[in-house]
Amino acid sequence: MSEKKFSKKHEWVSLDGDTATVGITKHATEMLGDIVFVEVPEPGKSVEKDSQAAVVESTKAASDVYSPISGEILEGNKSIVDDPGNVNSDPEGASWFFKIKVKDKSEFDTLMNKADYDKFCAENPS
Amino acid sequence: MEKTALYNFHKNLGAKFVAFAGYQMPIQYKDGIVKEHITTRQTAGFFDVSHMGQLFISGSKSLEQNLEKIIPLDFKEIKINQSKYSFLINDKGGVIDDLIITRVDGGFNIILNAACKDNDTKEIAKCLDSDSKYELKKDLSLVALQGPKSETILEAIIPGVKQLKFMNGDYFKFQGKKIYVTRSGYTGEDGFEISLSNTNAENFTKLLSNKGAKPIGLGARDTLRLEAGLCLYGHELNQDISPIQANLKWAISKRRREEGGFKGWENIQNDLKNGVSKIRVGIKPSGRIIAREGTKIFSSSGDEIGVVTSGTFGPSVNTPVAMGYIQSKFSEIDNKILLEVRGKKHDAVVSKLPFYKKSYVK
Repeated sequence: MSEKKFSKKHEWVSLDGDTATVGITKHATEMLGDIVFVEVPEPGKSVEKDSQAAVVESTKAASDVYSPISGEILEGNKSIVDDPGNVNSDPEGASWFFKIKVKDKSEFDTLMNKADYDKFCAENPS
Repeated sequence: MEKTALYNFHKNLGAKFVAFAGYQMPIQYKDGIVKEHITTRQTAGFFDVSHMGQLFISGSKSLEQNLEKIIPLDFKEIKINQSKYSFLINDKGGVIDDLIITRVDGGFNIILNAACKDNDTKEIAKCLDSDSKYELKKDLSLVALQGPKSETILEAIIPGVKQLKFMNGDYFKFQGKKIYVTRSGYTGEDGFEISLSNTNAENFTKLLSNKGAKPIGLGARDTLRLEAGLCLYGHELNQDISPIQANLKWAISKRRREEGGFKGWENIQNDLKNGVSKIRVGIKPSGRIIAREGTKIFSSSGDEIGVVTSGTFGPSVNTPVAMGYIQSKFSEIDNKILLEVRGKKHDAVVSKLPFYKKSYVK
């Protein structure tokens, strides 16, 4: 599996062949607070880069989760739908949101690496 | 943007701040909303509610008569140190603000919502005679202590408070200064609200913390009050909603419901006599879907019948909870309704309120 890459909308992506796994970053969960509802996309749905693909709600508000990469949804993570609090405890591991069959791998290269993302977060405090 | 006397204290506790009614207020601390909510239900939490208005009114004999013009309570019924929940009513019978009024020595103390307090003061002043005095106290803080351990914690700091009954208050001494304590709150738990000078607020709150109470932000205050089925001004209540529509008939005293004599009486009387076309209800979504404020409500046959005014996830009931206004004919408990969230309709039922059972000390 590849290194993780990050979007400005606080999603992470890792790539394994042409399958990408997408989730929201630890920083995102810290901004959101306690997560109490998650909606993930159905398999077969095609998504465009930067389009809305999932929903995450905290006690405070609902937020959209965008796909940082284009392709076709392979799987949504049911375990976080059943237990949304898992997103807070392991956002960048077991609590991924969806897996996607990537259309264009070059999109992955345009995303930020960890160091750039950390810098981006530091420069854009919420 | 204003700050309360406890701002630095909150900051040191790791609060996240939010702008609320012109104040920088803590929305949550390090524990986060869910944990803060549960702490309040299981042990005790303290809340800085100093942004709320504390209006003291004193005056001659005509004071009560004048206040009755705008507040639909039977003032003769209010005993010394007794608190009542009510409203300021406008000419159409809509709610200018909801409030807690307590009779104290020489007058009344009224707790007002932060966003409304300046306008409220003007509206009340219009009803008063020139010999009445009123002051929106800027030198006082207000701290709420809520939860089952509240009595033990507060009694250890202010001996005697355990004698207070729900919706009653009294003066006590704290570090040599007079403070006013009422047994009341906004969470569905037993608890107290303590009014004390700004200069004493931090000392006092630190003691609450030392005795084991945890700081609770506005985020959990909202989930707590929603589980308790309590209205929030600007959401369930506004200038265009009557107390009868809000299902708060009980907060208009019996004599006043019969005799009227307050602003907007014609409309309220009509609501009482003929019923209301829309009414506030509790709403329980069937799944985990959260219906936020503004969510449209449909009947099972697909007609639009209302709108959600508050909605969140209730940490203690462990389901989503909401309140809203729906056409009265659909308001029966357990009636099936639909909520439109992100373009899809989701099953829900009309629920009895509160979602979470109260445990007040009577």
